[in-house]
Amino acid sequence: MSSAQNVSTAHATATKAVSTRDSILSLRGLTVELPPDADRRHALQNVSLDLEAGRILCVVGESGSGKSMTAGAILGLLPEHVNATAGEVFFQGRNLLALPDDELRSVRGAGIGMIFQEPMTALNPLRTIGDQIGEMFTTHTKLSKKEIEQRVLALLADVHLPSPEQAIRAYPHELSGGQRQRAMIAMALALEPAVLIADEPTTALDVTTQAQILHLIRDLQRRKGTAVLFITHDFGVVAEIADRVAVMQHGVLVEQGEVDAVLNHPVHPYTRALIAAVPPLLPPPARAVSQDIILDLQHVSKTYRSGGWRRRRVTHAVSDVSLSLPVGGTLGIVGESGSGKSTLARCIVRLLKIDQGQIDFQGVDLAKLGKRAQRTHTRDVQMVFQDPYGSLNPRKRVGELVAQGPIVHGVPREQAMARARELFELVGLDPQSLHRYPHEFSGGQRQRVGLARALALGPKILVADEPVSALDVSVQAQVLDLLARLRVQLGLSLLFITHDLRVAAQICDRIAVMKDGRVVETGTVAEVFGAPRHPYTQALLAAVPGRGWQPPAADRAAA
Amino acid sequence: MRIFSLAARRLAAALPALLIILAGLFLLLQLAPGDTVDALVAQMGGGDPSMIEQLRKHYALDQSTSVRLGDYLWRLVHLDLGQSAIYGKPVAAVILERLPATLLLMGSSLAIAFAAGMALGVVAARRVNRWPDTLISTLGLVFYATPSFWFGLMGIFVFAIYLGWLPAGGYSSVGAGLQGMAQVLDIAWHLVLPTLTLALIFLAIYLRIMRTSMLEVSNLDFVRTARAKGLTDTKVVTRHILRNALLPMVTLIGLQAGTMLGGSVVVESVFALPGLGRLAYESVVQRDLNTLLGVVFVSALLVIVINFIVDMLYARLDPRITAGR
Amino acid sequence: MRDFLTRYRRNPAAVVGLFLLLGVIGLALTADLFFPRNPLSLAGRPLQWPFTNPNLWLGTDQTGRDIAAQIFHGARVSLVIGLIATVISIAIGVLVGALSGYYGGWLDDALMRVTEAFQILPNFLLLLVLVAVFGSTLPTVIVAIGVVSWPPAARLTRAEFMSLRNREFVEAGRTLGLRDARLIFQEILPNALPPVIVYASVIMSVAILLESALAFLNLSDPNVPSWGNLIGGGRGVLRVQWYVSAIPGVAILCTVLGVSLVGQGVNDALNPRLRHR
Repeated sequence: MSSAQNVSTAHATATKAVSTRDSILSLRGLTVELPPDADRRHALQNVSLDLEAGRILCVVGESGSGKSMTAGAILGLLPEHVNATAGEVFFQGRNLLALPDDELRSVRGAGIGMIFQEPMTALNPLRTIGDQIGEMFTTHTKLSKKEIEQRVLALLADVHLPSPEQAIRAYPHELSGGQRQRAMIAMALALEPAVLIADEPTTALDVTTQAQILHLIRDLQRRKGTAVLFITHDFGVVAEIADRVAVMQHGVLVEQGEVDAVLNHPVHPYTRALIAAVPPLLPPPARAVSQDIILDLQHVSKTYRSGGWRRRRVTHAVSDVSLSLPVGGTLGIVGESGSGKSTLARCIVRLLKIDQGQIDFQGVDLAKLGKRAQRTHTRDVQMVFQDPYGSLNPRKRVGELVAQGPIVHGVPREQAMARARELFELVGLDPQSLHRYPHEFSGGQRQRVGLARALALGPKILVADEPVSALDVSVQAQVLDLLARLRVQLGLSLLFITHDLRVAAQICDRIAVMKDGRVVETGTVAEVFGAPRHPYTQALLAAVPGRGWQPPAADRAAA
Repeated sequence: MRIFSLAARRLAAALPALLIILAGLFLLLQLAPGDTVDALVAQMGGGDPSMIEQLRKHYALDQSTSVRLGDYLWRLVHLDLGQSAIYGKPVAAVILERLPATLLLMGSSLAIAFAAGMALGVVAARRVNRWPDTLISTLGLVFYATPSFWFGLMGIFVFAIYLGWLPAGGYSSVGAGLQGMAQVLDIAWHLVLPTLTLALIFLAIYLRIMRTSMLEVSNLDFVRTARAKGLTDTKVVTRHILRNALLPMVTLIGLQAGTMLGGSVVVESVFALPGLGRLAYESVVQRDLNTLLGVVFVSALLVIVINFIVDMLYARLDPRITAGR
Repeated sequence: MRDFLTRYRRNPAAVVGLFLLLGVIGLALTADLFFPRNPLSLAGRPLQWPFTNPNLWLGTDQTGRDIAAQIFHGARVSLVIGLIATVISIAIGVLVGALSGYYGGWLDDALMRVTEAFQILPNFLLLLVLVAVFGSTLPTVIVAIGVVSWPPAARLTRAEFMSLRNREFVEAGRTLGLRDARLIFQEILPNALPPVIVYASVIMSVAILLESALAFLNLSDPNVPSWGNLIGGGRGVLRVQWYVSAIPGVAILCTVLGVSLVGQGVNDALNPRLRHR
């Protein structure tokens, strides 16, 4: 079938009500308009989908796809000046968009529950958990205080929160991220709604916590027969829990179907491109890497002391870490938040001073250098940062940003700008755009600028701190490809920090797993992923969502 | 208990600042042309050199600066503020006499400014960008831009002179010999205009902060959660937005305490109230530097105490503070 | 830049403020044109009402000086005081805040103690003390007001620096080998300044109000046609010739209102996402 025919077939499939089971929630031709000054006209255009009773439908898309708007539109929780202008939302026989306010309010919480992405900010910091969950009951029921307390305790036990009696009196900041999300789930399911809408509930959580929450949602959903509309950008999550999938792009529903069909035999070109961009968990065949070591860390430690006068609180951010980076090779450092990987990265580029240990670079201990020698050696080790929006000075032109490094080290301006132009070409940016400001570029392009900046001084080692974590999955694939190409072209040794095991599998030669400031396991990618020895590594790998699913490789070359 | 130790720690942290103020002021005043003795002599209408010499010795003004600074700070610790050259009484006594009027004025102004500012800010935020908001915000801005002394004068003109409803100044009706409740009411009557004048500017500030705070909090995630639970708009405001929006307001009370004291100087002068502010003004004009220092010291203490109370209040409202991690 | 002007233009309050401000500036600039003589010289019989004498549009004050002349020349005084005091204030505040926010540690502690000292002390009282010690000439008053007003600017700058210091583009600058001074002044400061500049309008409003209060209490420079002086002078004749105090008050009100509205307008135009509020 040609590509155009694919599109029309997929479109036809998507817009027809395909399911044979009962739909408990149906969107028909939903269109949501944005205020006139926005960058596009519609947030959603003619979206029709069905959520069947007792099943999980995943709505997946990149940023700007309108997936979160869909969730907001259903319950009438759109931002100001954003309105649903056409279509219907049928729930239990009624069109929610046409309901008067007080009837819609009775549906919220009781008929349809909702959980959000950031558990810290989604809960009122000034009120206890018990209070906020109890509010569900006080709003929709006439139960007594005692009865409400009993119910809340039962709910907290249901979501496996340790010591519910304590949790009920706790404030949100006293719980961990995962615990807060459990509390939110308890709150959303308090009145046993028929539908649960989950708007990226695990995106802000660690991989292991995410696995637990996904498991919890699926478990509760099966027990109570709730239908779940799960919004996400992660195909791994889709593979893990979805029964049906709907794919969105720029506010349009491009493909819809059973999870098996969409994930393994995607029809629409956009879906195929997206899936092709998902890094498989299986590492590619190992490439030949030199035996020589270019960077050798020996027993590196960094400790933070805080807590007023006596500095009582001691945090071992990095504890006795010893690693080696082979010449021309890529060493991946994986771990969850709090593992110390970012701290370690910053110690290596000397943004932070280490308390113990050595950082040996071709015979020189970088940690012990004086200020002047340090400045000379900055040319050898450079860093690429995570946040495409925060890593470029918004008030400087991009050409200026890239040329800045060489200029500071004495290169004449003309030469530095010429080099900047070369580098732009190298990283796939238009060399004519040197005079533009960062906000004129997309996220992926900004990361390329950051890369050009890091390469401007001609480093031998590049430390990349989560360079693709903030990017959409399709852009992510492009930047990773670029990095892979450049390391060979320029003979770079790469230190790649990430929390995403799929990404690590694709680009790294060797991997070190960190937890609580220590390295718990090292080895080649094949060894660590294929036969992990440390229990934490095993748990980490087991927690990767959709690990059983292999993205169809056929289109990878075409993408 | 946690709250108390937290606030106490903040209090202790303020002591160095207090020390800096006092030392700085003392040293500053050494630069003043003429000192207490000069003022006294001027009042007496002149004197011969030997007597001036003796007076200087009496007031220990012939010692070196550092000795006098040490002596001064030592006496301060014992709350001995020295002698007022003009009133011929201990400075502490003079200040104590004047304190009630100022406290009363500030207290009632603060109460009105806070309450009205809060209420108007909430209304403005609820009807944002519609006419109630525009009206309230514009009025707020006009109040903020109005010089308080001018407003006081115009207030006197309209209400005391033209309409004759309120007294033109003073603390109480002189020579009326009122007691008990009647006296309280009389004082209250005299304080209406001054309180409104002083409250005006701060009302504008509280109004604006409350409005901004309400709008910001309304956009936070947990408000969306509250709506998703099916709460009515009113409930969302009262049970989720209001308390969170009040936090910056409470902080503001502490920050504005000093400004309010400063404002009372002007208001007390306009309305001829026997308070600390006017005492400060008089001591500047009459070069009674001891008294001026004393007033400044007491003012600083007052501000510190107010901030202490505010810290405790804030810790009570926001459980994240006492988490202390 | 064009976007900024368009957004500013669309805000009615900001435009009104601009007109008010331009009006006051107009008064200041044309003062010598309309009233070439010394405004504090006698112009006629004291206490003439406004609109009664064609040569003296706004009448005369209690000593016989031309009120309109004082209003026009007073505009110059107020604007000059406001501007210079604000510049002094911001210069000190930004320097203290930048060093404090960037370096942290003991420097931050020390500078914050000093800032706190200034903030605990009611600023009008400090102003009184400074005037008592150093005198009431105009330059002294301007410097004193500047010295009294810097703490909020310092705190604002410090907060901005503390948040920007850890941003990745600053870290990037450090990895490239940029020196501290360059990081502070060329990388961080341009990003930290906008909120401070907007706050300048608040400082200016306060400066004008402080000076007029000082003048009202006869503690400012008596040889300068300040609006506050006029109001203070008119206090004695409030019963009948209330206009002597009323008119300059309105002038102050309009000036401060203009400055505040322009400041707010600039703030809103720089932060377009707040526009829908």
